[in-house]
Amino acid sequence: MAHNGLLIQYDWCTGCHACEVACKQEHNFSEGMVGIKVDEVVSTAPDKVYVDYMPYTTRFCDLCTERTKSGEQPACVKHCQATCITYGTITELAKLMEKQPRSSIFAPK
Amino acid sequence: MAKSKENIVLSTLWSAGCGSHGGCGCEIYVQDGKVTRVEGDKNHPFNQGRLCAKGLAISQYMYHPDRVLYPLKRVGERGEGKWQRITWDEAYDTIEKKLKDIRTKYGAESVIFCQGTGRDIGGPITFLMYAYGSPNWVQVGLAGHACYTPRLGAMFATQGQYSVADCSQFLEKRYDSPEWTPPKYIIMWAQNPAAGCHDGFYGHWIIDCMKRGSKLITIDPRATWFTTRSEVHLQNRPGTDGAIALGMLNVIINEGIYDKAFVEKWCYGFDELKERVQEYTPEKVEKISWVPADLIRKAARLYAKNKPSAIQWGEPVDAMPAGSVVAQAINHLWAITGNIDNPGGNVIARNSHGVTTYPFSSAELTKLYGADLVKKLNEKRIGANDYPMIKNFRGWVQPDVLINQLETGKPYPVKGAWIQTSNILGGQAADPRRHYNAMKKLDFIVYVDLFQNPTSMALADIFLPAATICEKESFRSWWQPLGVSVKAVNGVGEAKSDWDINLELAKRLATTPIKYNTVRELIDDRLKDGNTNFEKLKAKGCWEYPPEGHNTRPYYRYEKGLLRTDSKPGFETPSGKVELFSKRYEEWGLDPLPYYEEPKESPTASPDLAKKYPLILTTGRRSPVFFHSEHRMIPWLRELDPFPMCEINDKTAATLGIDNGDWVYIENTRGKVKMKAKVTPTSHPQVVTAPHGWWLPETDGKEPNLFSTWEYNINNLTSMGNQAKSGFGGTDYRSSLCRVHKIEGGKE
Repeated sequence: MAHNGLLIQYDWCTGCHACEVACKQEHNFSEGMVGIKVDEVVSTAPDKVYVDYMPYTTRFCDLCTERTKSGEQPACVKHCQATCITYGTITELAKLMEKQPRSSIFAPK
Repeated sequence: MAKSKENIVLSTLWSAGCGSHGGCGCEIYVQDGKVTRVEGDKNHPFNQGRLCAKGLAISQYMYHPDRVLYPLKRVGERGEGKWQRITWDEAYDTIEKKLKDIRTKYGAESVIFCQGTGRDIGGPITFLMYAYGSPNWVQVGLAGHACYTPRLGAMFATQGQYSVADCSQFLEKRYDSPEWTPPKYIIMWAQNPAAGCHDGFYGHWIIDCMKRGSKLITIDPRATWFTTRSEVHLQNRPGTDGAIALGMLNVIINEGIYDKAFVEKWCYGFDELKERVQEYTPEKVEKISWVPADLIRKAARLYAKNKPSAIQWGEPVDAMPAGSVVAQAINHLWAITGNIDNPGGNVIARNSHGVTTYPFSSAELTKLYGADLVKKLNEKRIGANDYPMIKNFRGWVQPDVLINQLETGKPYPVKGAWIQTSNILGGQAADPRRHYNAMKKLDFIVYVDLFQNPTSMALADIFLPAATICEKESFRSWWQPLGVSVKAVNGVGEAKSDWDINLELAKRLATTPIKYNTVRELIDDRLKDGNTNFEKLKAKGCWEYPPEGHNTRPYYRYEKGLLRTDSKPGFETPSGKVELFSKRYEEWGLDPLPYYEEPKESPTASPDLAKKYPLILTTGRRSPVFFHSEHRMIPWLRELDPFPMCEINDKTAATLGIDNGDWVYIENTRGKVKMKAKVTPTSHPQVVTAPHGWWLPETDGKEPNLFSTWEYNINNLTSMGNQAKSGFGGTDYRSSLCRVHKIEGGKE
């Protein structure tokens, strides 16, 4: 069976946190539990300060088993306001990744 | 018992729940009469399936244990927090009697009708207010009307219509529309679009455009995700945006890179504007704004030479020392470059199908309620006679004049308040203590909301529980598309929609009979202008764009005679052109040309004060998970933004002995407020940035604590009475002076 995962083009993540709340709603997670998180990353070059966001899955990500069984996208993928998360097989995602710099693949399961 | 199958109800979000200005299409999942979750609607062109954190948390908001579910009456003193559940009948009877008594004794004008900015509130509150006979519609404490109104007023004066950055939102096929093209550059002027849907503009449309090639120029005192990705970042001193706009106009005009054909044919007063901007050289503007002259030139050239380009602007523009003047100068930038009602420019924005749901202007009020009534009521509207721009443009009270009148009772006393969707003391009011003292003296206050908050706790005599968006029927035509909100479940507890509440009371209080029996009749009557009705729109998936050729659809309507009431080509202004020299401003006793005004409190304007308070305080930083003062009790959201957090530059913090995460006091001549310090190089060394609307719902709501509003609400450091000459804009929300020091033993 093909292994599925998430390709996240992190360069587009604006830090809006929609993925986190989408995940919490989908799984009805209590405080402290969430399947995806976003951190702010600040870097300082001599002439410029850069602000980026880094989304990553956690141990609680189940790739929305219930949703994907019925053909729906995972909750974070659907609601990402920057549309920077793709769900698919790791093989497909790896191919996509070649064309999409500044991205990462997560295989939570 | 087996659970019944989940139902999906399509609707439009524009009310309590997410709370925001939105317009997102949503799927409401319902099981056994309860909302189980809310998701985005993939088929809705506004959000295309996406949804923000606030929208996704709606079910937690709806079924929160602290939500007020029944009408309440106060049984102790104001602020004691003693409430008794009553029936709707008792609530309506009490309100009817009290408001009628006040009207008989003092006149209808002595009751003010107070709203905030959330929910679909403009329609219901004006409907009730005009039925009762009061002219006093107001956002209490919103100093200088500093939220969108100055920008709207400036655009109305300059070009007769409003404009917004064109991200294809006026076309149903959106980014695939053949007539649309992405802006080559987008100037992000004083806004963080990732944090929400300000002014009905879905923030992530900017991201969508970036993916289609749009480049950014950003004007922001902070470093942000957007400045990181901008070709030019103008990191300015807060409060100086007007100077930057004038400096850019100077460059574009003097270098001859404006759209000469458009200016020649469609603009009025170019020579006067050219003369005016001569004094604002980039070098002079650099001294005012901290932005290097060469960067101002670069930004101006990139914007002017790359057509189409668009400007997307935020609320700080309104809160500049002369908000309506700053907005005018920015409007001139898109005017002289011909970026008006063109694809990928600043498209003319009109309410879809000509339907009015939220009457922004006096003209729309007149259309809904008749010229005679509006004219008669204008005579007594608070502040209207002091400010011609307010009298002639927007049917609102001037809030800085109101606070004086509340205190002095002159020219007539204010006796009652109807407050709906507005946490005045914990939210928008500058100097909330002053408003607390003044409003506490009122004879009768009704409060309509969903949760107790500092304002309801301090002031309410009757609390009416309002419904969330999933529990109500409503309609929306804030720009595009025209939409309806569908009731997915009955009101939780006994909650009722703002429309239901206000229609019932309007029937009881009206001096002439109300023609609607039900809210549905009212909605269908308003939708008649769009040649449709509630059921038709619902059947279409809750939204519709106007037909081809309709005057609420782009582009180039000024060429086609679609903007003026007389159907002639041109703009709906006295000269029929875009007025760079504004005849309307002149008629209203204002300078017809833009100019720069320094903030009252700044290192330049008040150097002595700056010695004691050396940092510039700018407030109102948006959080992507809260809408203004809402949502602090929603666990999914609060977990993501748990503390009131001010941003302070790392080097500055080091000199003050402040570490990341320390609790600090931000202090100025008006008081001090407690926040956690986020120590970060993204902050300018001389600027402290603070969020607004913080109170702690988990703490004691009773007086004197009032949910800790006096400790954490940054508006305790702002003040009233700084309004600009127009009455619009000009206050210290965005630029004042402060100092910051660590609270000893304050690290958690």
